[in-house]
Amino acid sequence: MPMITIEKVSKWYNPQFQVLKNCTTAVEKGEVVVVCGPSGSGKSTLIKTVNALEPVQAGTIMVDGLNVTTMKKDLPKLRSRVGMVFQHFELFPHLKIVENLCLGQTIVLGRSEDAAKAKAMKMLERVGLTAHAQKYPGQLSGGQQQRVAIARALVMDPICMLFDEPTSALDPEMINEVLDVMVELAKEGMTMMVVTHEMGFAKKVANRVIFMDAGEIVEDAQKEDFFGHPRSDRAQQFLSKILSH
Amino acid sequence: MFSNFDYDVIWRSLPYLFQQGMAFTLTLTAIATVFGLILGTLIAMMRLSSSAVLSGFAVSYVNLMRSLPLVLVIFLFYFLMPYVGQWIIRSDQPVQVGAYASTIVTFTLFEAAYFSEIMRAGIQSVPRGQVMAGYAIGLNYREVMRHVVLPQAFRNMLPVIFTQTIVLFQDTSLVYVLSITDFLGAASKVAQRDGRLTEMYLFAALVYFLICFTASFFVKRLQKRISIIR
Amino acid sequence: MRVARVRRVRGRQRVKHWLPLTRLERPSVVRSTLSPQAGRGKKQWPGHCMGFWLGTARGGECVNYNWNWGIFWDQTPDATGTYFGSLMSGLQVTILLALCAWFIAFVMGSLIGIMRTLPARWAVFVGNAYIEMFRNIPLLVQLFIWFFVVPELLPGDLGIWIKQLRNGPFIAAMLGLGFYMSSRVAAQITAGINALPKGQRMAGTAIGLTTWQTYRYILLPLAYRIIFPPLTSEFLNTIKNTAPALTIGVLELTARARSMQEFSFQVFEAFSAAAAIYLVLSAVVTIGMRILEKRLAIPGFNEGK
Repeated sequence: MPMITIEKVSKWYNPQFQVLKNCTTAVEKGEVVVVCGPSGSGKSTLIKTVNALEPVQAGTIMVDGLNVTTMKKDLPKLRSRVGMVFQHFELFPHLKIVENLCLGQTIVLGRSEDAAKAKAMKMLERVGLTAHAQKYPGQLSGGQQQRVAIARALVMDPICMLFDEPTSALDPEMINEVLDVMVELAKEGMTMMVVTHEMGFAKKVANRVIFMDAGEIVEDAQKEDFFGHPRSDRAQQFLSKILSH
Repeated sequence: MFSNFDYDVIWRSLPYLFQQGMAFTLTLTAIATVFGLILGTLIAMMRLSSSAVLSGFAVSYVNLMRSLPLVLVIFLFYFLMPYVGQWIIRSDQPVQVGAYASTIVTFTLFEAAYFSEIMRAGIQSVPRGQVMAGYAIGLNYREVMRHVVLPQAFRNMLPVIFTQTIVLFQDTSLVYVLSITDFLGAASKVAQRDGRLTEMYLFAALVYFLICFTASFFVKRLQKRISIIR
Repeated sequence: MRVARVRRVRGRQRVKHWLPLTRLERPSVVRSTLSPQAGRGKKQWPGHCMGFWLGTARGGECVNYNWNWGIFWDQTPDATGTYFGSLMSGLQVTILLALCAWFIAFVMGSLIGIMRTLPARWAVFVGNAYIEMFRNIPLLVQLFIWFFVVPELLPGDLGIWIKQLRNGPFIAAMLGLGFYMSSRVAAQITAGINALPKGQRMAGTAIGLTTWQTYRYILLPLAYRIIFPPLTSEFLNTIKNTAPALTIGVLELTARARSMQEFSFQVFEAFSAAAAIYLVLSAVVTIGMRILEKRLAIPGFNEGK
């Protein structure tokens, strides 16, 4: 059974504007899937539907065998097991770094303060930011903040991770420090769904690539096939634009 | 120009000005702030609720209050309240509501509209991404509000609430239209009794200025201290 | 009304009444209804056996309020027209006063607001002092100072001349409200200019513009557009803030409603009519400003949604 199943999902913002059109795909356990496409193609919306941050009007989404689309009461519990990293980090600016990492652990998972803190420090060490534990998010650089955000997701012991354009708000010199952490994760066998424009990352670690345009999944192929010989015109055009330099 | 200034009239009337006038001004400010905040929070919650009836009521109330001059509202409530009181306690005659009680109710209801807008703006100033991030780590609605939205909203709101309180403090001078002895009312009574308008009004201006200036200075300091680095 | 009592004091102090006391402001009536201690009985709650209030009248029993929405077409006691006409002339004064005060507020506010963004430190200091002074004194006190105190402080003849001006209250209200609002406008202008990217000022300097030209052609056109919505609400505040002018004898809308209430005893009709007029006025201004904002919008800069 796949970790994430997306079946015939459609979403409208209003009757005139359909953001997702009948999208179907799946992510196997341990797989790394990259979602790409031009801006406004619905890729960010799609990834947010996986943990029901965006509701859908049609179709079903299953995560670890549980139907997310009909779930109500257990949604927080499920979300706590799905790690999510946002484009703009979304660390809580009023909490210290270590407090950011402990909030979910203590409130949702019911861990003790000490256990949560120990776990937090372990993850901070992993992303190389132990020294900043007592600072506030606003005192860190973008790259550091995004690494903290990844650590915040990891402390919850997630079964899979969602990345929504994790590097597109970063200055170029900070992109790699974040990608390095992600590559590491992928190597450890984490199930990942990543919306990104970083084709280098896709080539290096992705198993599959999904290409979206105008709310549709236009292409859903193995990495080699997608970069070697994309079938659709739209994907070809997109690749030629993005890889021409 | 100031050669025939009569400083003595100020000195003579100080106890009256402060013990009666300023005492009422401060009482009114304090009561209207506390109850205005409580009522304002309720209205803001109504406005942000998903019920169309509740939010519709809140929107109309706030818009109505914010479109009317305070002076008009003071008059309106002063004359209205005896009848409302009569209706509530089913009396045969309009209830006697003093000007003092009437202004306290008026200012509370009036300021609640402004406070509720500050609350709403504060809550909405927290970016949507923050709410999503809260949900994403598995918090439920109450926990997101309690741990993510409100702490940030409160920091954004606090200085504005204090600033509004300073405005409220100044606005209490409008109770003059009901001949109430607030600080300005007291000053004006002395001014007219002794024919010393220049001295008394300049003195009143000076006192208001010193209080408001000092208060807004501290609000600015507070703002710097609690603001969040983004 | 307060106005009347104040004016009698002035009359006693100075040689003569410099404003005719109309029948509308007869001190005797006025005083008894307004002071909280005196006569809260008969004059305010006339006719103890009429009509109903909020549908609570219990068969035959008398409650106290007698609705009469036809009152607007009755003649006012001074026989100059109907109550409706009186309210309308009040509305006229309100609008005129708001516009005159807004002119002062806008001009002074712009000057001071710009000063606070200049590199010169003295300019910033003067600007800040101006704002603090006008913002930290209640409007009512400022009105009293313009009306009662300023003429006293001016040199002899000038002061006397001002005191004898027929529309003295209006002028005092216009100056008081104008300068009071100018501090708030100034704060908005400063915020608008500071909200622009720093690069804009540098880009202006880089293509060889002087400081003045940078403001005139680059910073101000953008800043005014950014602060259009808050300026609109400051204008609405100006309209609302004309009401306190009734205390120095300006017969604007609230004053007219007040005197209508005094003479007709139709409290609710008088004040709800005034309230309705204020609501309509602010709706008209809001809609008008929105249209203007759309027309002034620069594509891709501040089009809004």
